[in-house]
Amino acid sequence: MTPAGTVGAAAQVLLVGAGSPLLVGVMRQVRARMEGRAGAGVWQPWRDLRKLLRKEAIAPDGTGPLFRLAPLVLAGTALVVAAVVPIATTASPLDGSADLFAVTALLALGTVALALGGLDTATAFGGMGASREMVVLALVEPTILMSVFALSARVGSTDLGAIVTSTLHRPELVASPASLLAAVALAVVVIAETGRLPVDNPSTHLELTMIHEAMVLEYAGPDLALVEWASAMRLTVLLGLFANLFAPWGIAGASLVMLPVAVVVFTVKVALLGGALAAGEVFMAKLRMFRVPELLAGSFVLAVLAVAASFFLV
Amino acid sequence: MRELLRKIRATGRVAEPPPERPRDETPAEVLDKARELGGSVQIRHVDAGSCNGCEIEIASAFGPVYDAERYGARLVASPRHADALVVTGPVTRNMRMALRRTYEAVPEPRLVVALGDCARNCGVFAEAYGVEGAVSDVVPVDVEVAGCPPAPEAIVAALRGLTGR
Repeated sequence: MTPAGTVGAAAQVLLVGAGSPLLVGVMRQVRARMEGRAGAGVWQPWRDLRKLLRKEAIAPDGTGPLFRLAPLVLAGTALVVAAVVPIATTASPLDGSADLFAVTALLALGTVALALGGLDTATAFGGMGASREMVVLALVEPTILMSVFALSARVGSTDLGAIVTSTLHRPELVASPASLLAAVALAVVVIAETGRLPVDNPSTHLELTMIHEAMVLEYAGPDLALVEWASAMRLTVLLGLFANLFAPWGIAGASLVMLPVAVVVFTVKVALLGGALAAGEVFMAKLRMFRVPELLAGSFVLAVLAVAASFFLV
Repeated sequence: MRELLRKIRATGRVAEPPPERPRDETPAEVLDKARELGGSVQIRHVDAGSCNGCEIEIASAFGPVYDAERYGARLVASPRHADALVVTGPVTRNMRMALRRTYEAVPEPRLVVALGDCARNCGVFAEAYGVEGAVSDVVPVDVEVAGCPPAPEAIVAALRGLTGR
């Protein structure tokens, strides 16, 4: 545990916490411009959050403590993941106790908590959204594990910081077959896990097509603010993890001087990835629900191939 | 995909330049509530028995040309997420309870916009056998938008009064 690592982890949490609504704003703005609209500006998600925090909190009749706890668990796990994952520094003090498995489990814990919150309302759409989210989760989590396995096999460790450091030392590995296959597989599951097109449409109004949105239909005021903030943080963290696994340049090791540079580089990387994702969504329609497992199974096959390639094609 | 990209490039921006901020006709107590929202108004649309003329105009107001979203207004899928209800049409007997319950599901501070002549005073459907009354007979109305149907400009102007942008 180094002071640079501690400062770096704190900086990561601050950066993700404050920057993730801006990322959502940038993505909405890119989409608006491509649709010929003017857009509400990148600060609109922050305005929405500020307003939601001032509003009345409503717990629907018949809901228990689970309903109130779910947003807190979701936001809490997202913050912990933001501190652990190599975003700006590879020397996070939590890195030793939280490797790939812990990160995946934390993400799953948040999703499951929200799904239980959705079930707790006992509305038709809450239950429907929860069951769909579980289908997606069950197909996504193994693929996240497998695709990062492909990268960790050659390092001999599931520690995310160690994987990123090894890629920094041997940049030619980024173009290896294992790495490329894993990148495609991980890109698909990041899109599915964060509820973007073509798996889920974050701006839909049709309850029957919703996945993530259907679970949060009953949340109001500060609870909704937490859910939306946490969703934005998960998007930022997953995009950042993707960027740093396959293009780690600019990340700070155990040096304090590099940290501001790393923060700026990370912001640019995630903004570019988010912008590309939003631009790609303009060309896409949502997949039918029954086609989603095919897409995710395909990405799982790619992840398995990546693991095989990492052993046989070194 | 290439064709769509070419079309996006050729079309460019369709949103018209924002008109002057309308002279504020919003009542003072509504303005107080609107100020609390701080430039972000989530809207739940309730069709209480409309002929769908107003719905077409709402869709235009949120379409690319008028782009009401640029002023901070956004349509949402649940009354729990909403700050304002936009109600269209005269309130029919079947929709009276539904409208009342939707209103109660919106967290405070909440606003109600009666959109179109039917919502304001039942319009051509006044005294019809299936009509319960105007929107203000069922829930307290804060803002009214006149017209049958109101033009998208009028809808956008009313929404700008709420977002203050």
